[in-house]
Amino acid sequence: MNSVLAPEIEQHGFNFSNCRRNEKLIHDGFKPPKATKTGTTIVGIIYKHGVILGADTRATSGNIVSDKNCEKIHFLAKNMYCCGAGTAADTEMTTKMIASQLELHRLNTNRVVPVPCASTLLKQYLFRYQGHVSAALVLGGVDNQGPHIYCIYPHGSTDKLPYATMGSGSLAAMSVFESRWKPDMEEEEGKKLVRDAIAAGIFNDLGSGSNVDLCIIRKDSTQYLRNYELANEKGVRNLDYTYKRGTTGVLSVKKIAFDVVEESTSGIEKMDTN
Amino acid sequence: MSIMAYNGGCVVAMKGKECVAIATDLRFGLQAQTIDTNFEKVFPVNKHMYLGLAGLQTDIITVYKRLMFRKNLYEIRENRVMQPERFAAMLSSFLYEHRFGPYFIEPVIAGLDPKTFKPFICNMDLIGCANMPDDFVVAGTCEEQLFGMCETLWRENMEPDDLFETISQAMLNAFDRDAISGWGAKVYIIEKDKVTIRKLKTRMD
Repeated sequence: MNSVLAPEIEQHGFNFSNCRRNEKLIHDGFKPPKATKTGTTIVGIIYKHGVILGADTRATSGNIVSDKNCEKIHFLAKNMYCCGAGTAADTEMTTKMIASQLELHRLNTNRVVPVPCASTLLKQYLFRYQGHVSAALVLGGVDNQGPHIYCIYPHGSTDKLPYATMGSGSLAAMSVFESRWKPDMEEEEGKKLVRDAIAAGIFNDLGSGSNVDLCIIRKDSTQYLRNYELANEKGVRNLDYTYKRGTTGVLSVKKIAFDVVEESTSGIEKMDTN
Repeated sequence: MSIMAYNGGCVVAMKGKECVAIATDLRFGLQAQTIDTNFEKVFPVNKHMYLGLAGLQTDIITVYKRLMFRKNLYEIRENRVMQPERFAAMLSSFLYEHRFGPYFIEPVIAGLDPKTFKPFICNMDLIGCANMPDDFVVAGTCEEQLFGMCETLWRENMEPDDLFETISQAMLNAFDRDAISGWGAKVYIIEKDKVTIRKLKTRMD
């Protein structure tokens, strides 16, 4: 497949070909643009049967809310999820890459991957980039040693804690945990506590908002509760602002018509991916 | 001034009932000086998918060409049409590759699945963080105005004709409040059996 006319896509890893040009543009007085950030409240606690992770769902770029319902709890492995704060693309891509490394590790070792393994992979990766990959993570999971919560900072340091918060709403959320967290909580009590901590972030921190996502990881089951609570539902509009057909002035119309050949498939056996 | 606002321009896409719409303005400028009023920021990817790119013009063209190269290789190798989700994933990883020296563009994708004809819209920031909402996506120098217009005008399950009025009025009224966007607009309504491309009458100042 590799030839002069159709070369394979370039080698993996980051591409720095635009750096010199971009550096010159900044030097010439053009402000560099802002990437999407997740202001974020993300939390995790250990309870009696495992861990509960929580996150809000707001993504911002500057003062603009760029996504009202984004997903901040990322899949790492069946027994591990990871909440991300910081630059949205960094958290997304870093967790995706580590998830695939963990799956390969699981297939190689044929064991449940230990949570400290994910923590080490993440911290080594983040340390290598000296904080330039700005992902602040709360990693939670259950392995053969029991439940674990890790805080991973963008520069590659980690904390191992029974309850953790991260992001701009971390102070609001931590105040809830500091007053109400206790060891060996029941699941319902734990869910309520995490929900309240995220709600504290949503309503008191401007960088966090919209809905509450939860993820419960037990010894042998995982439950992802996407939009566990819609904390801020959009109101119903009373008036109708619809423009009548024909309002907009049209200069020219071009139509491209297709012959649609409908395709249907049935009776395909699902691939065994276990 | 931000480099993203050097050439000006904006793109918006919306979901309707079994259809999607994508619209672009036509201005190409150098800061406040208008050079051309026929620069489309929306490009065809395949029959049912269009890609809108707002930002620095040199990067718009470069990114579009590089993406088409990758997409064509995929379609030749796999011998099938690329789905919008796959295209978004490819674009996202392409942009993230340039995490530390990005292209100054914000992409918007609108299309229908080649087999199921399910509507798909998506936008990204300049380093490939994808956002796939159920309603609308915007990009460009009048992003704020577009957010406001779309948030009030958009409704669920619009027919193609209503979708056209909605996206056109959202774009027209948004870029009339932006000095470096406008000078004509083009709207693409993508349906299962046809794509309708309309050039709009706009203010030229």
